[in-house]
Amino acid sequence: MSGLLDLDIAGAREALDARKVSSVELTATYLDAMEAGAGLNCFVTPTPERALEMAGASDRRRARGEGGALEGIPVGIKDLFCTRSIPTSAASRILAGFVPTYESTVTANLWRSGAVLLGKLNMDEFAMGSANVNSCHGPVENPWHRTGDGAGDRLVPGGSSGGSAAAVAARIALAATGTDTGGSIRQPGSFCGIVGMKPSYGRCSRWGIIAFASSLDQAGPLTRTVRDSAVMLGAMAGHDPWDSTSANLPVPEFEAALTGDVRGLRIGVPREYRVDGMPGEIEELWTRGGDLLAQAGAELVEISLPHTRYALPAYYIIAPAEASSNLARYDGVRYGLRAAGDEPADMYENTRGQGFGEEVVRRVLIGTYVLSQGYYDAYYLKAQRVRALIRNDFDEAFGSVDAILTPTAPSDAFAIGEHEDDPIRMYLNDVFTVPSSLAGLPAISVPAGLSVRGLPLGLQLIGRMFDEETVFRVAGVLEQAAAFAHRPSGGA
Amino acid sequence: MSTLISGSTGDWEVVVGLEVHAQVRSESKLFSGASTRFGAEPNSQVSLVDAGMPGMLPVINRECVRQAVKTGLGLGAKINRVSVFDRKNYFYPDLPQGYQISQYTRPIVGEGSLRIVTADGERVVGIERIHLEQDAGKSMHDQDPSRSLIDLNRSGVALMEIVSRPDLRSGAEAAACLRTLRTLLRFLGTCDGNMQEGSLRCDANVSVRRPGGELGTRCEIKNLNSIRFLQQAIEYEAVRQVEVLEDGGAIIQETRLFDADRGETRSMRSKEDAHDYRYFPDPDLLPLELSEDFIAGIAASLPESPDARRNRFVAQYGIGEAEADFLVTEPEIAEFYEALADGRDARLAANWLTTELFGALNRAGLSLSKSPVDAGALGELIDLVADGTISGRSAKDVFAEMFETGQAAETIVDARGLRQLSDGAAIAALVDAVLAEHGDKVAEYRSGKVKLLGFFVGQVMKQTRGTANPQLVNEILRGRLAG
Amino acid sequence: MSLDRETVRQTALLARIRLDEDRLEKMVGELNGILAWIDQLNEVDTSSVAPLASVTGHALPTRADSVTDGKDAEAVLSNAPDRVDGYFAVPKVVE
Repeated sequence: MSGLLDLDIAGAREALDARKVSSVELTATYLDAMEAGAGLNCFVTPTPERALEMAGASDRRRARGEGGALEGIPVGIKDLFCTRSIPTSAASRILAGFVPTYESTVTANLWRSGAVLLGKLNMDEFAMGSANVNSCHGPVENPWHRTGDGAGDRLVPGGSSGGSAAAVAARIALAATGTDTGGSIRQPGSFCGIVGMKPSYGRCSRWGIIAFASSLDQAGPLTRTVRDSAVMLGAMAGHDPWDSTSANLPVPEFEAALTGDVRGLRIGVPREYRVDGMPGEIEELWTRGGDLLAQAGAELVEISLPHTRYALPAYYIIAPAEASSNLARYDGVRYGLRAAGDEPADMYENTRGQGFGEEVVRRVLIGTYVLSQGYYDAYYLKAQRVRALIRNDFDEAFGSVDAILTPTAPSDAFAIGEHEDDPIRMYLNDVFTVPSSLAGLPAISVPAGLSVRGLPLGLQLIGRMFDEETVFRVAGVLEQAAAFAHRPSGGA
Repeated sequence: MSTLISGSTGDWEVVVGLEVHAQVRSESKLFSGASTRFGAEPNSQVSLVDAGMPGMLPVINRECVRQAVKTGLGLGAKINRVSVFDRKNYFYPDLPQGYQISQYTRPIVGEGSLRIVTADGERVVGIERIHLEQDAGKSMHDQDPSRSLIDLNRSGVALMEIVSRPDLRSGAEAAACLRTLRTLLRFLGTCDGNMQEGSLRCDANVSVRRPGGELGTRCEIKNLNSIRFLQQAIEYEAVRQVEVLEDGGAIIQETRLFDADRGETRSMRSKEDAHDYRYFPDPDLLPLELSEDFIAGIAASLPESPDARRNRFVAQYGIGEAEADFLVTEPEIAEFYEALADGRDARLAANWLTTELFGALNRAGLSLSKSPVDAGALGELIDLVADGTISGRSAKDVFAEMFETGQAAETIVDARGLRQLSDGAAIAALVDAVLAEHGDKVAEYRSGKVKLLGFFVGQVMKQTRGTANPQLVNEILRGRLAG
Repeated sequence: MSLDRETVRQTALLARIRLDEDRLEKMVGELNGILAWIDQLNEVDTSSVAPLASVTGHALPTRADSVTDGKDAEAVLSNAPDRVDGYFAVPKVVE
């Protein structure tokens, strides 16, 4: 019954409610698909036994008339979320053998809603990357392939939540969690033709999620539809007293925000996002997205976000600085890899030298340098001031618009190995996603069209702080109007 | 001033500033719910946060914030309405996160002051700041031949770092400063001040200069865990620096350790990579904001300071200043005294407490909290003397037995038949009997040998086994003999 | 600002990451490229802007002082690469 894999969460819930299928059947179908799609290297730790156990328990709950918003829905979890008794690696050698004795708040929330764990998903090491090529488990392959030239090339799924995006696109997970620090949910969402949502900073608890850059990290869902995204986020989000930065706000009924009506909403189109060298097809897609929203009754407003071009360099100070400190705990003393050394200092240097991959080393060194004596003001403080300017830009823009429309990424998916020796070129993938990360704003990527090479492209909608509802509302209309119905050639 | 060091080239002035690490009194840690209790099994009071497990986050304990504010108010210091937690980054096996959460540029408490009394008189020592920070775990280097062992029970316990200005001019002054600060913290109840258990530790920054001249290069002596060591270390270090300078050398700014066995400081071999702590605001925490109400509430509940209490004791109870200084050294002593003095002769109470009870405690090596005689019991004894039930002389014996056995004064008095005979008629009858028996001695007395009064007193006391009220006996004897 | 090899070596030491000469050399080039690119921030006048402390605008939450955690040494020690009698063990610290 491979048609099961085509059901989105809403469809699967209906089928489960109508007893057309059990969670065990649905889950088993996904487990088979995972095996068939193993070549994509999405799952680093499949948990089939746990999955069937959880699905069975879900079926029993349903039989008793109980059940949460994700009752019986099989999902994949990015390997950055700590999961009790299940190895959690952050795709790093340095966490070799690490098995948490605790469960992250977000995953605990999902299990409480009835979701079923299919396994842990591949990613860029410590969530640092935009192509999922920085993983100790090897690269993830995008289920999409180019049409015409380069049809045989293996493409990246984007990153850092590459395993999550590829798995959902390839229909080997019904939905997945990701984390987004500078675009790590939205950019892979765009590359894989699915919906990726980064909520407002503070909406989802960071407790139990391995930290990359604490002031930016946010969990969010990768799903096939905007409605699924709203359902997943509703289950993941919520105030957590164990995360001091978690927002003490009620979680709205996100699904209810999908009214299908954007009449009278003002949608900002920032002129600074028309960056030099942007491919024409991206610009066309963006224009078309605006037209679709206008046809649906929204009003397009040109706006200015003057400090946009400084977001990326500011991000590449702040994120590495925080990361250099967050990753100091990986020292071989209490968990994970330990390399030999005559005294602790040697042991540290050897452990960290062998345990961290190149991109992590690069960022830890940048972060260490920009925080070191004499440079703190020039780099870190300067970047936090620029961050304030970027936030001010958005605040001002949201005085006159309800949401902002931009492209998600400056290109479609590229080949594995491409740009590998050019870190800055790689960093530019996040040029459109980083500004809203720095400002803490909710933003979603919705698949909106295909590139000339037959690869998906997404458009991004950015909302006011804690106004995910408007973001979902506009995204729902854009999704419907764009009617993106293409499917990847790879996967299940 | 007597605190100058006279070297071969002239006088030198010692300049000392202290950094005191005081463990905040709280049930749980600064950023986790693990217990702060001392002496538990290794790693049994460690939360996943304290162990620096991946994805763990800090949540601040509001009692620790309260305690820091209370301490600041006790030092008359400025309380900062907004303060910021920073990460101090360095690697050490007992520092699980790879950084210590501390406060760097914006501490919770700003400038204040502390009045100290030394042999040379009173001084006011400037307090620069107090900040909150986490303690590290403990490394043990001598339990295994090839490995160091790590216990994280202390990891994350809240500390207040109290930083003084370089206002101190000798080891003795520094000792007085730490002693006074310790007393204050104990009165406030914000730190138990237990230096043996490491609840209070002190670093001293020491330099020397020509009197009134430019500040010299300083050395930091780390981790002094007793007031005596603090004084010894400073005295040694000051002389060392003078000798280096007078030999034409220069002081190198460095961290030194005090070797208590040898009574000297020595350099900690500094590694080539100088520390670079890379402080930056902890992104897991937001700025700490305190409301006026919160601060005012703490101010309103602030206990009386030792200084204020000492002055009140002198005024209210009419005791001497030295006695009052002693009585406020510990909150327990002051509270004991107030209970004892209540409704009694306050000077007599002070005398019983400082002389008899502390004499006995010192001989037994006990602290006041372990005293077998509490304020109520000692008060009953004093009352028995005051109402004439027992004599002042037998009171000391009764006290000795109370201290020994923990029994109540009355029980002992009754058991030993020490109740004083104060019945005038009964004593008069005894006196008459004694005088009748010793007619010859009466005649001698009357002929001028008045020294015999003692003999008659002794006879009466013998008859009563010492329980007759000596004053009454004297009075009646004189009357009869004169007649 | 440009980074020389020695500075990168010192930075790696500060970050406790052992880099062999080849890796070090590669990092010198890459880090310089990244820092040069970051330097475009100097174009921005930030003289009248306070650094952003928090995007949520919420105050720091506090918790009550009660013992709710700890008491499970095994949970803390279960992933330890080396342990002795309830302690974590590391190569001996040379004082």
